[in-house]
Amino acid sequence: MTLQTLTYLVVGASFALYIGIAIWSRAHNTSDFYIAGKGVSPLANGMATAADWMSAASFISMAGLIAFLGYDGSVYLMGWTGGYVLLALFLAPYLRKFGKFTVPEFIAERYYSKTARIVAVICLIFISFTYVAGQMRGVGIVFSRFLEVDVTVGLAIGMGVVFVYAVLGGMKGITYTQVAQYCVLIFAYTVPAIFIAIQITGNPIPQLAFGSEISGAGVSLLDKLDDIVTSLGFTQFTGGTRSTIDIFCITLALMAGTAGLPHVIVRFFTVPKVRDARTSAGYALLFIAILYTTAPAVGAMARYNLVNTIQSGEVGAADGNLVYDERPEWMHTWQRTGLLRFDDKNGDGRIQWYNDANPDFAATAASYGWQGNELSVDNDIMVLANPEIAGLPNWVIALVAAGGIAAALSTAAGLLLVISAAVSHDLVKGIFLPDISEKRELMAGRIAAAFAILVAGYLGFDPPGWVAQVVAFAFGLAAASLFPVILLGIFFKRTNKEGAIAGMLTGLFFTVGYIEYFKGLFLKWAGAPWGENVAEHWLFGISPEGIGVIGMLLNFFVAISVSYLTPPPPERVQHLVENIRIPRALARTDHE
Amino acid sequence: MTPENRAAYWRANLQLVSGCLLVWFVCSYGFGILLVDVLNSVRLGGFKLGFWFAQQGSIYIFVGLIFFYAWRMNKLDRKYDVHED
Repeated sequence: MTLQTLTYLVVGASFALYIGIAIWSRAHNTSDFYIAGKGVSPLANGMATAADWMSAASFISMAGLIAFLGYDGSVYLMGWTGGYVLLALFLAPYLRKFGKFTVPEFIAERYYSKTARIVAVICLIFISFTYVAGQMRGVGIVFSRFLEVDVTVGLAIGMGVVFVYAVLGGMKGITYTQVAQYCVLIFAYTVPAIFIAIQITGNPIPQLAFGSEISGAGVSLLDKLDDIVTSLGFTQFTGGTRSTIDIFCITLALMAGTAGLPHVIVRFFTVPKVRDARTSAGYALLFIAILYTTAPAVGAMARYNLVNTIQSGEVGAADGNLVYDERPEWMHTWQRTGLLRFDDKNGDGRIQWYNDANPDFAATAASYGWQGNELSVDNDIMVLANPEIAGLPNWVIALVAAGGIAAALSTAAGLLLVISAAVSHDLVKGIFLPDISEKRELMAGRIAAAFAILVAGYLGFDPPGWVAQVVAFAFGLAAASLFPVILLGIFFKRTNKEGAIAGMLTGLFFTVGYIEYFKGLFLKWAGAPWGENVAEHWLFGISPEGIGVIGMLLNFFVAISVSYLTPPPPERVQHLVENIRIPRALARTDHE
Repeated sequence: MTPENRAAYWRANLQLVSGCLLVWFVCSYGFGILLVDVLNSVRLGGFKLGFWFAQQGSIYIFVGLIFFYAWRMNKLDRKYDVHED
């Protein structure tokens, strides 16, 4: 059976499974649609959260990023897992106790303000749409490479599948499909990693192979890798180039951002009890950790395999590099996608891959007769091409395709649901039509979900230049806007409406402004006095990726100061805070 | 459920959270970022220790930490009689 037929079969079977689950778990009322009727077990919710959380970026891009960044890639590993500790300790159990449908709804009631609700909805929609566009692009890449269909057709199929289970099933449908998607994606991620770990080190567990000796070489994988990459002018794999303060801030921005992402928070509204929310956060991180501890191993092994393929002999020897005409089959296939490019600058018919941006290495490279780096590899292909590079059987490759699609679809569905809930529950019911019937609100939710899918599809099909860049900043924005006011709302009773609104707006404007100043994402014309990302000009040496931390601190500072300068929140709000702090329902009489 | 009882429960909660947060900070920002160069002079099998904390160890500790927190919190709920049902 050819690879393509096999891929169609595996991907088709996974789609049939998702749609089957969606029909079985249709939503019947708004509680089903928004929070799966609060009937999800902590273990199932943990799996669903893991699938919801791990996006196309985690599955497809992260290991590739680490392969090229080495130690600097740790910001993603720690940042995207450590956030769950904050979520479990500070937010999940209390928001579950609050027991409503959406994040802006909590902000509206805690801060007794429609303005606060609208600000929260704006933050939520901005964060979620930038994020969802990235997922749709991921679906497009996988479809065009493995099913060899047009990106547009691939996107349309993906949108159709999400449409069926998100619109029909709401949160309930999404939850149980995500459980299935988690199983598909984790299997697809670990199987090739295990095969490659055995090939390189003989140890089947990737997390251990990562620190093992290369079979027959008597030297550990990481030492060997450090050795080869430095001989080609790159930074050591276990060392980095970013400054300590920048690493610190990016990690913190990603952690606080993770804890402030609405589509993650809302997953904890779906479990039956407060104590389930706590345990469920543990399960979620456990399931996430399986992929996140495998990813750096995959990254290191992929880098090792790739560098060994290109640098087949001694560095600098005339016959030390791969002859272009003898390149392996997988390079042919990936060259067709444009994600792998080769340019024979010195005309020797061989491929040289080295760091030509390193001034200290320039003289050495010249003495080898190298005239510039000749290979460019897109980060995104490392995981997808890995099974081919390692020569694994076709069914593994088909599985990886299904896993990548599962990762992208599960996250897209979760995001689309919070967008539709923000529209139908927070805007339509909460602000414009408070008397709307439940049946019509459910209909509004479904229409909003369908509309959001179309917008997401458009963004994925024809992403405006800034979409891909903005995704990384969604975390900074979540950290600077939503996370502090939710946290203060629970732990600091004195925070009032004025403080929360001032805090959110300060965090949001500061962070967007800083990013705009250095990246020029939204408004930029030739000669505009901003948009130059010059590291020397960064505030305290913090890159735009990590600036959300400063935005977050400003938000905390402004929210607390303004709260002290204005009247305290009313009695009923203080009672609400008392109530969410304890798991058992608080009777009116308990308060006296 | 007296107000004093609830206040004591909240204090115990904050104490537990502070302890967990300290571990969270030390294993990631401490060992994985601020002290990474110092720890890298120590080896753990084929790993440099600081690098291992940044890419593996901190994640294992995070998972353990959440389960530990959940277990202790559920015990506190019962001790102060604020548990559900």
